[in-house]
Amino acid sequence: MEVGKKQYKAWLYLAPTLILLIIFTIYPLINTFIIAFKENYNYLNIGYGKGPDSTEYEFSSWGLANFKAIFTKGDFLQYLKTTMIIVFVSVPISVVLSLIIAIALNSIKALQKFYQTVFFMPYVTNTIAIGMVFSVMFATHGGLINNLIKVFGGQPQNWLGGDLMDSAGNSLYPSYWKSMLVLLTYITWNALPFKILILLSGLQSIDKQYYQAAQIDGANKMRIALRITVPLLSPQIAYLTITSFIGAFKEYSSVVAIFGNQAGPKGYRRQMATVVWYVYDRMKTSDMTKGMGYAAAAAVVLFVIIMFFTAINSWVSNKRVHY
Amino acid sequence: MVLLRYFICVLIIVLVPLAVFRKKVLSNREIVTKRYGTNLDTTNTMIGDSVSEVIRREKTIKIIKYIVTYTFLTAVAIFIIAPFYWMIITSLKSTEEVNLPDPTYFPRKIIWSNYRVAMTMSGTYFGRYMINTVIVGVFSTIGTLITTVLSAFAFARLNFKGRDILFTVFLATMMIPGEMMVITNYITVSRLGWINTYQAMIVPFWVSVFYIYLLRQNFKQIPNELYYAAKVDGTGDFQYLLKIMVPIAMPTLITITILKLMGAWNSYVWPNLVTEGKMRLITNGLRTAFTDDQGRSPYNLQMAATTVVTAPLLFIFIFLRKYIMRGVSRSGIKG
Repeated sequence: MEVGKKQYKAWLYLAPTLILLIIFTIYPLINTFIIAFKENYNYLNIGYGKGPDSTEYEFSSWGLANFKAIFTKGDFLQYLKTTMIIVFVSVPISVVLSLIIAIALNSIKALQKFYQTVFFMPYVTNTIAIGMVFSVMFATHGGLINNLIKVFGGQPQNWLGGDLMDSAGNSLYPSYWKSMLVLLTYITWNALPFKILILLSGLQSIDKQYYQAAQIDGANKMRIALRITVPLLSPQIAYLTITSFIGAFKEYSSVVAIFGNQAGPKGYRRQMATVVWYVYDRMKTSDMTKGMGYAAAAAVVLFVIIMFFTAINSWVSNKRVHY
Repeated sequence: MVLLRYFICVLIIVLVPLAVFRKKVLSNREIVTKRYGTNLDTTNTMIGDSVSEVIRREKTIKIIKYIVTYTFLTAVAIFIIAPFYWMIITSLKSTEEVNLPDPTYFPRKIIWSNYRVAMTMSGTYFGRYMINTVIVGVFSTIGTLITTVLSAFAFARLNFKGRDILFTVFLATMMIPGEMMVITNYITVSRLGWINTYQAMIVPFWVSVFYIYLLRQNFKQIPNELYYAAKVDGTGDFQYLLKIMVPIAMPTLITITILKLMGAWNSYVWPNLVTEGKMRLITNGLRTAFTDDQGRSPYNLQMAATTVVTAPLLFIFIFLRKYIMRGVSRSGIKG
C-alpha cells in the first residue's frame, strides 16, 4: 500500500489551511497573552527589546501592570458590568422566548412556512443598519415608540438622548436603564431568528410517539412541554445557551449601531460601552503605550470569563442534557 | 383522588370514540325522543349530554388555543417586521414630515429623491464602498472555497496520522473569542504594510473552520465505493475531488458562498480598524457618514441609505432562502 505517499499528500491538501490558521489564529492567540503581560508595550518598536523608554523600546517590563491599570484607572469595571447585564438578561429572555415561539410555530399547520420565513429575516440583515433604524424608532421626538406610548396614554420617554434639551437649554441625558432597555430589545430582536430555527428543526425531529403516549396518560399541555419537549430539546438548548453566552459577552456592533462610535449619546459618552468596545477603543488610541497592552489585557480578561462560563455551561449540560 | 382521576381518564377514552359518532348518537336521541316523548332511558341521556358538552368544550378550547397561538405569532411577526417597515416609510418621507412631533405611519407624499441625495452626499463614497465590498467579498470567498474544499477532503477521505486530533484542534478554535486574535492580527497586518489595502480585509479570512466542518460532514456522506471505483479507473485523488466530490457537494458550496458574501457585506469591525477614507466597506460608510460626532443628518436620508444596504440582503434571502436556512440550521446539529 502507498501509506507513506498518502500521508504526505494529506498534509499537502491541508497546507494552505494550516499556514493561514497558524498565522491568523494560533499565533495571535498566544501572542495576545504575551502582549498582555508586557508593560508599556509599543508595537511600532517590535524587535527593539526590553528597555526603560517605550518610545525606543518594545516594552519596559514583564508583569501585571496592564491588568492593574485597566482595573484601577478608567471605567473598565463599568463596561464589565454593562456586559454582564447584557449577558444575563438577554440570553435567558431570548432562549425562553424563542422556545415558546418555536413550540407555537410547531403546533400550527397553516402559514407555518410564512411565519418561519418572517422570523428568520433579522438573521440576514446588517446589524449596523437595523441598529440605526432602532435608534430612529426610539427617537424622543417623532419616534414610533414614543408615539405608541402617547397613543396608549403614557408619558413619552427620553430613550437615547441626543437632541433633547430642558427649558434652560441643557442637554437631557437618558437614564442608563432606558438606554439599556433599547439595547436589550435590539439584541433580543437580533438573537431570535437563529434560535427559533435551531429549536424548530429540533422540535420537528422529535418522535410523535412521545406525545401520543403522554396524551393517553392524560398529561396536560404544560406538563408535556416541561417533561417531554424541553428534555428532548436539551441538546439544542444547551448548544444555544453556550453559543449565545459567548456571543453576548462579545456584544459590540449593536452598541455602536444604536449609540454611535462613542457608545453613548452625544456629550455623555461611553455610557453603554462594553468590554469589546473598550478593546477596540484601546486599539485605535493614539497613546501607544496605553493601547495594545491594555487592549490585550482586556481581551485576556474577557477570554478567561468566557472560558469560565463555557466550562460551567458544559458542566451543567453534561449533567442535565439527555442525548 | 386517584380513583377519580382514573375514572375521568376512562370516561374520556370512552367518550372520544363516541364523539366521533356524535351525530349518530344525537340523531338517535332525537328519534328516541320523538318516538317515546320524554320517556328516554336515563343513562343514555347522561352519556348523550356529557358527550355533547365535552365536544363543545373541546371545540372551544381548540378555537381559543388557535386564536392565542396565532395572535402570539402575529404579535412576534409585527415586532420582527416593524423596523423594516419603519425604515422604508421613513426613507420616503419629506424632511418636514420626519420632523413632525407625531410621526405619520405612512408618508403623505413619497419622496424618491431621498435615495439619490443619500447616495451622493458629500463625504460619503457609496459607489466606491460598494465596489470595495464586492471585491473583498468575491476574493475572500474564492480563497475560502479553495482552503475549505482541500482540507475538508483531507479530513473526510484521506487517512493520516493525527487526523482526529487535528480536527478537534480545528473545532476548538471556534470556541475562542475573535477579539483574542484581532489585536495581534492588527499588528501583523500593519507590519506587513497592509493597512488601507484590500488584502488586509481578504487574506486573514481565507480560512473558516466552521465551513470546513460543514463540508467535511457533506463529503463523508459520499459512499466509499465511488472513491474505490474511481481509483480502479485510474483517477487520481485531486481529479476525483474536482470531478466527483465537488459537484456532489455543490449545494453546500453554494451555501458557503452566500453566507461568505453576506458576511463581507455586513462586516464592520475589522474594516473599521484597518482602513480609512475611500477604502472602507459599505457598512462602515453607513455608520460614519450618517451619525458622526458633529451631528446627525435627517432621518429620512439615514433611512434611505440603510434601505439601500439592507435591500440586497433581503432579496438574496427571498430567492435563496433554502440554501441559507439549511446552512444555518446545520450548525445546530451536534456531530
